[in-house]
Amino acid sequence: MAVRNLRCRECGSEYPLEALYVCERCFGPLEVTYDHDHLLSDGGAPDVEGLRRRIQAGPQNIWRYADFLPLVGGPPGPSGRLASRVGLPAGCTPLIRADRLAKRLGLREVWVKNDAANPTHSFKDRVVSVATARARELGFDVIACASTGNLANSVAAHGAALGLESFIFIPADLEEQKILATGVYGCKLVAVKGTYDDVNRLCTELSAERDWAFVNVNLRPYYAEGSKTLAYEIAEQLGWKLPDRCVVPTASGSLFTKIAKGFAEWRELGLVKGELPKMNGAQAQGCAPIADAFAAGHEVCRPVKPDTIAKSLAIGNPADGPYALEEARRSGGSIDSVSDEEIREGIALLAQTTGVFTETAGGVTTAVLAKLARRGDIDPDERVVLVITGEGLKTLDAVRDTFTAHEIEPSVEQFQTLVEQAPDPSRSVAALAAVGG
Amino acid sequence: MAVKVKIPTQLRSAAGGATEAELEGATVREVLDDLYARFEELGERLSDEDGSLRRFVNVYIGGEDIRFLDGLDTPVQDGAELTILPAVAGG
Repeated sequence: MAVRNLRCRECGSEYPLEALYVCERCFGPLEVTYDHDHLLSDGGAPDVEGLRRRIQAGPQNIWRYADFLPLVGGPPGPSGRLASRVGLPAGCTPLIRADRLAKRLGLREVWVKNDAANPTHSFKDRVVSVATARARELGFDVIACASTGNLANSVAAHGAALGLESFIFIPADLEEQKILATGVYGCKLVAVKGTYDDVNRLCTELSAERDWAFVNVNLRPYYAEGSKTLAYEIAEQLGWKLPDRCVVPTASGSLFTKIAKGFAEWRELGLVKGELPKMNGAQAQGCAPIADAFAAGHEVCRPVKPDTIAKSLAIGNPADGPYALEEARRSGGSIDSVSDEEIREGIALLAQTTGVFTETAGGVTTAVLAKLARRGDIDPDERVVLVITGEGLKTLDAVRDTFTAHEIEPSVEQFQTLVEQAPDPSRSVAALAAVGG
Repeated sequence: MAVKVKIPTQLRSAAGGATEAELEGATVREVLDDLYARFEELGERLSDEDGSLRRFVNVYIGGEDIRFLDGLDTPVQDGAELTILPAVAGG
């Protein structure tokens, strides 16, 4: 068994593998620790080829990396007649080589990790798969979360798949698409009048009062580990190689630090070699507490009240901010921010050069990549991975009115005069069937 | 000023099992000092050596994070409610 215990990241105090998330001694966050001795050969060195074969023989989802995930009983078994054990298998999303995007930015090699290709269309299915599997091991009947939207979709869907009751807490002003794509699963949906940080505070208080698995509160140490699978997949898909740089959307800082941890774990085991990637975090200017702290040289973040179209990144009080700052500085990366206008341009740039339509968070990430390229931060020889965590259909308002649809009668003459001879046809979509269905 | 302080689960063992405490003070700092005077161990857990709050400790007055107010110098009204919570990542 690989998983060992929970340990405080601040003071090192150790705790059993229960639904605990904070150190009683110093309030620092608890992290899962592992013992990978069973993966080593008799001489104590990792059997790299054997380990790679073991991973490759695994299922086409995150459980192929079960040796590095915090379940005590191993990966969930096959589903029975009355209970789905796997739930919604997440992961093994495409890594797409984006040559046209790279050319546009003057870079040699850019890859897009498209995590919108998960069951509920965001990377959150990875963390929720792990958290719900651990919740079942711990005997919980109810799952819950505080969410900026994508997590809400995922927890509600996993609850439905696993037959668990779910309580979903969201800020009341969330995008309609994200609210609809949550309620449809039959959860208890609670829209809180306030920001995500207010929702998070309420759930932190409630988690002490209810015997529920709040996936990102009392199950957080297990939940957060699921993000490491993004790093494992990127390395495996690149042929067991590390990228030179990763650009990652950054809200609480958890995804950013766990991707870095995933690469570091595999390098330590010898599964990959070479330098660890430079880590670049991406925030929206309307909610950039980590980017601001990075620019100011601070080690902690001053909380802000979010005001940005990138609502899935609108966490004004980022609890993993200090660790994201450490990682960005250690790796030679940065945390940068971009305006709402740049976010819209980022969505269009990615869509028009790769065919991937991302939500606002992906617009932030793409726009930060463009900013790094403009600034000359990226060596032309670098292999860069752009981590796209969510689906454009969830934030349609961000692209509304950014192009023209030509409405015409079904006649060749109107097509010629109103479409072909119209100014700037490259930015238009012909709604040929707009009249008469 | 009489202020009600809600004590989080993780700290109750160091507070004799209390879930909340009625305390005195005109600022957040004074209220916390009163809390530490009653439960000495809480001071070590919540504060750094220099008296500032540890970086994963969030304190709220009436639901507002004190870092949006005047931090530890934020004045408190009679009957206010002060909440201490750990920072939790992940959205």
